[in-house]
Amino acid sequence: MRNPLSDKITTIKPSGIRKFFDLVLEMKDVISLGVGEPDFDTPWHIREEGIYSLEKGRTFYTSNSGLKELKVEISNYLKRKQNLDYNPSDEVLVTVGGSEAIDLAFRAMLNPDDEVLIPQPSYVSYFPCAILAGAKPVIINLKVENNFKLTAKEVLENITDKTKMLVLPFPNNPTGAIMNKKDLEEIAKVVIEKDLFVLSDEIYSELTYSGKHTSIAEIEGMQERTILINGFSKSYAMTGWRLGYACGSKEIISQMTKIHQFAIMCAPTTSQYAAVEALKNGDEDVEMMRNSYNQRRRFLVDAFKRMNLSCFEPFGAFYVFPCIKEFGLTSEEFATKFLQEEKVALIPGTAFGDCGEGFLRISYAYSLDTLKIAMERLERFIKKLRS
Amino acid sequence: MRNEILSAIEKNSKIDVKELAVLLGKNEIEIVNEIAAMEAEGIICGYHTLINWEKTTREKVTALIEIRVTPQRGQGFDKIAERIYQYPEVSSVYLISGGYDLLATVDGKNLQDVSAFVSYKLSALESVLSVATHFILKKYKDHGTIFAQQHDDYREAIMP
Repeated sequence: MRNPLSDKITTIKPSGIRKFFDLVLEMKDVISLGVGEPDFDTPWHIREEGIYSLEKGRTFYTSNSGLKELKVEISNYLKRKQNLDYNPSDEVLVTVGGSEAIDLAFRAMLNPDDEVLIPQPSYVSYFPCAILAGAKPVIINLKVENNFKLTAKEVLENITDKTKMLVLPFPNNPTGAIMNKKDLEEIAKVVIEKDLFVLSDEIYSELTYSGKHTSIAEIEGMQERTILINGFSKSYAMTGWRLGYACGSKEIISQMTKIHQFAIMCAPTTSQYAAVEALKNGDEDVEMMRNSYNQRRRFLVDAFKRMNLSCFEPFGAFYVFPCIKEFGLTSEEFATKFLQEEKVALIPGTAFGDCGEGFLRISYAYSLDTLKIAMERLERFIKKLRS
Repeated sequence: MRNEILSAIEKNSKIDVKELAVLLGKNEIEIVNEIAAMEAEGIICGYHTLINWEKTTREKVTALIEIRVTPQRGQGFDKIAERIYQYPEVSSVYLISGGYDLLATVDGKNLQDVSAFVSYKLSALESVLSVATHFILKKYKDHGTIFAQQHDDYREAIMP
């Protein structure tokens, strides 16, 4: 029989997290701090709108690019939060999670051999999606000395004649790093000068703890060069509803909509109705969750300080990214040993890129009580390692 | 800062000050002082425990009682409210807008206990025109806390 598989897909490595996941599944009573999704249930009024929409029989496809009402609310939201203007009729596309939007943007914008700059550590799907789009991913290794921010110098060093796009994954999963307005202005200068486009993944935009999030699209001359990606998963605790969106120029959004139309048809209708409610009446929920995450974040940063574990203070998302280089173990060795000895699951930093070596991702999308127990165990564990 | 402290201890009055200082990113001494000041000002009125009595062996019934009264010249409802809240059986009294005037919560060991209180004491008060007693059959949620068993963590153990 012939090889049933495509060469392209077989060369892509499965997500590094998968291996660790299997290991965790084999064990019982594990405390996991390994989940990249909120621990809150979707706020009730949002769930209720989903339920109502089903009761009313809204069980049909929506238009390809999404419910008009939802696109209008997305546009209002971005105006309200970021002071950005997107025309809901042709500059907004509702997708199946932010992940689909990433895939669509790459496929709609990149030609074979175009280079995409991908800062790492970062979310696992940029690299494989770039390859699937036929482009060439170029990794930029972010540094802890810069608090894992991307610098203009790092962008310049990696630009070639073929560079077309820069991925901007901030607030960042897994480091928790954010980019403020000044940091973004530096990047924007290079992007404009070198005639690049930016895929700005702002899925954690509501979860920043040192002031309001800034989008690179807010900077003059950048909106037309930016595909802004956001969604409902993290801000409204709606991961399972699978709903995100992309905003950008009509030219790009219309081509992304074409792919979406053929591959997906439309995002889930129930989720879209619920999302309208989220955007209309969800601001207080977001604030409540943000405050809660912020308390846990402070708790962890303080706990590391007391353990003398080196960790830069993250101001975004719901992750901390402590450094474990002092123990002479690789991230994976540390995580595996910690799992086996103390039954706590953390994710090796290497799951998010090679430069995550020496770091661990700890999610604080868990109750304080859970975090307390986990930190007691971590303290005991590293004491043993140090002795 | 006061509101932040209050929101935190409203849900968890047992939290220790050191931990509270970390969670709110504030100075411990400042928090101690603020709490003391709010106690003195009567903003913080107590630190109670929320108990689901249904799970204990102690017998306890609670009734919500709607009370219609005649307000008194110069004192409005305050005087009559005071007459009512002085009874130890009464755990709360509110002045209410709408079809009646006061809403009281009354605790007793059993139905007879509460009935006796309502008929011999409460209804007997001169300014009380009428009462309607509603016994609580089941508490689903109290003080923002749901008493029913909450679901486990449905999330996968590991997710990027």
